[in-house]
Amino acid sequence: MRGKTWGAVVALHLGLVAVLFALNFVLPVYHQGVLARVMVLAVYAIGYNIAFGYTGLLSLGHAMFFGAGLYGAGLMGLHFGMSALPAWLVGTGAGALLALVVGALALRTAGVSFMIVTLMFAQAVYLTILYFGDITHGDDGFVVPGVSRTLAGIDLSQQHPRYLVGWVLFSAALLFSLWLVRAPFGRVLVAIRENEERARLLGYDTGRRKLGALVISGAISAASGAAYGLLFGYVGASFAGVQYSIFALLWVLLGGAGTVLGPFVGTLFMFYLIDLATGVTDAYMLIAGVVLVGLTLFAPQGIVGEVRRRLWRDLP
Amino acid sequence: MLNIEGLSAGYGAAPVLRGVNLRAEAGEITVLMGRNGAGKTTLMKAIMGLVRAEAGRIGLGGADLAQMPAHQVPRQGVGYVPQGRRLFADLSVAQNIEVGVGAGPKDTASRRALRAEVLELFPRLQERMSQRAGTLSGGEQQMLATARALCVRPRLLLLDEPTEGLQPSMIEAIRQVMVAMRDKGLAVLLVEQRIDAVLGLADRVSVIEMGRNAEDFSRADLAVPEHARRLRGHLGV
Repeated sequence: MRGKTWGAVVALHLGLVAVLFALNFVLPVYHQGVLARVMVLAVYAIGYNIAFGYTGLLSLGHAMFFGAGLYGAGLMGLHFGMSALPAWLVGTGAGALLALVVGALALRTAGVSFMIVTLMFAQAVYLTILYFGDITHGDDGFVVPGVSRTLAGIDLSQQHPRYLVGWVLFSAALLFSLWLVRAPFGRVLVAIRENEERARLLGYDTGRRKLGALVISGAISAASGAAYGLLFGYVGASFAGVQYSIFALLWVLLGGAGTVLGPFVGTLFMFYLIDLATGVTDAYMLIAGVVLVGLTLFAPQGIVGEVRRRLWRDLP
Repeated sequence: MLNIEGLSAGYGAAPVLRGVNLRAEAGEITVLMGRNGAGKTTLMKAIMGLVRAEAGRIGLGGADLAQMPAHQVPRQGVGYVPQGRRLFADLSVAQNIEVGVGAGPKDTASRRALRAEVLELFPRLQERMSQRAGTLSGGEQQMLATARALCVRPRLLLLDEPTEGLQPSMIEAIRQVMVAMRDKGLAVLLVEQRIDAVLGLADRVSVIEMGRNAEDFSRADLAVPEHARRLRGHLGV
């Protein structure tokens, strides 16, 4: 990419980060809460995008990584009274470790088999959460204690700190993602997605690189899950269910798989689509469904993907 | 350089190669010929570790490539330009080269030198560096595929029908690269179907039929009309 174009790309991403920061001070309370949630969940989508969008690993079980972060952090607070930062680190580490173990086994398969295997692993994690109900509070979930929702004496359950922590996490994940796609490692991931056999024939151990991508993806997804639990105060098994794996896929597809901004745009779009449709009718899923079908027909590469195809070929 | 002995390989229960022998020497262009389905591409894939050898040896220097996983074969100095080019279509020309170079030397200066060395052979690609590979013409794609194979600094270069479907000026450009590589001392193993593309280029021709060696010809042989006629007979033209 030419220097000038890259400068414009960096300016665009930093501009989004700056706008999101400024919105903290001008948005009404309701929208501030929605946007904080969108930013944290967009981090989950960014993690998913590294596996699916950039490496071509179509996982149907990413909720297990989100759940590992959520429970890893939440349980540290519930049982050990750990404060927010160490609890978040434990949650993120749990997701990375789970991704390493699952990846070492699931990456022996590819394509549809990989989808099925990841789905099964995620179901196993979900059922494990229910089975150990004495520790995890099973289906009911639990409220994260206040001691774990403070960071350097700041109460994270309050509106502004919650938004700012979500913003910091989102900004870090977005800029990391932007850096990754330009780094040699990121280029090789795209090469694997495009043609794995060819990448192997250039001398790359594609198995190890895919495992690396999955661990990064799992760690970022878990970082999102851990932050979600700590910021919004509730940990429940439904977040580790198959629906949350589908959500990540949906958000990334809508925004644009293999684009840096796509996960955020897709997550934001879905949240506000359902929000607006709910205000119009009880049958809001019908409206959401029609819009999604239309988008799939007319923008099959997702919103940012279409922008890239039509207007800005060098947009990463 | 390359010394294949008694190689048998295939796909599952379907054997394709049955005890093939082949040599490719440094500083020579060896052309592998045969009719469709004879096993030429399977032989290339077996050398690259994409098709498992059931028997035999693929010797390169002191190593047996038949015992290696596919990603280690290029590290032995083997560059491969597959049939159909198989570029990373969504990456730009520059990024395709970077991915190729990235698998080689670790330090930045060596990488930069390798990149310049490869691109020097393909001035046309230097004008297209920011263009996505999938939007290049067929000839330019072939140049890029060849450039990327050279990024491993090969001592053995495999090309599977590199001039298929190209216009004459592009065919000539690819031929010149093959000759330049031979003159640099590389062993070049070329799969080709067209006799006119081979005469004047090949140092030796090896014909396989139904997965077995049929006949070998030296450059001197091919100058003899009777031998050239026999080669045409093997290919059915």
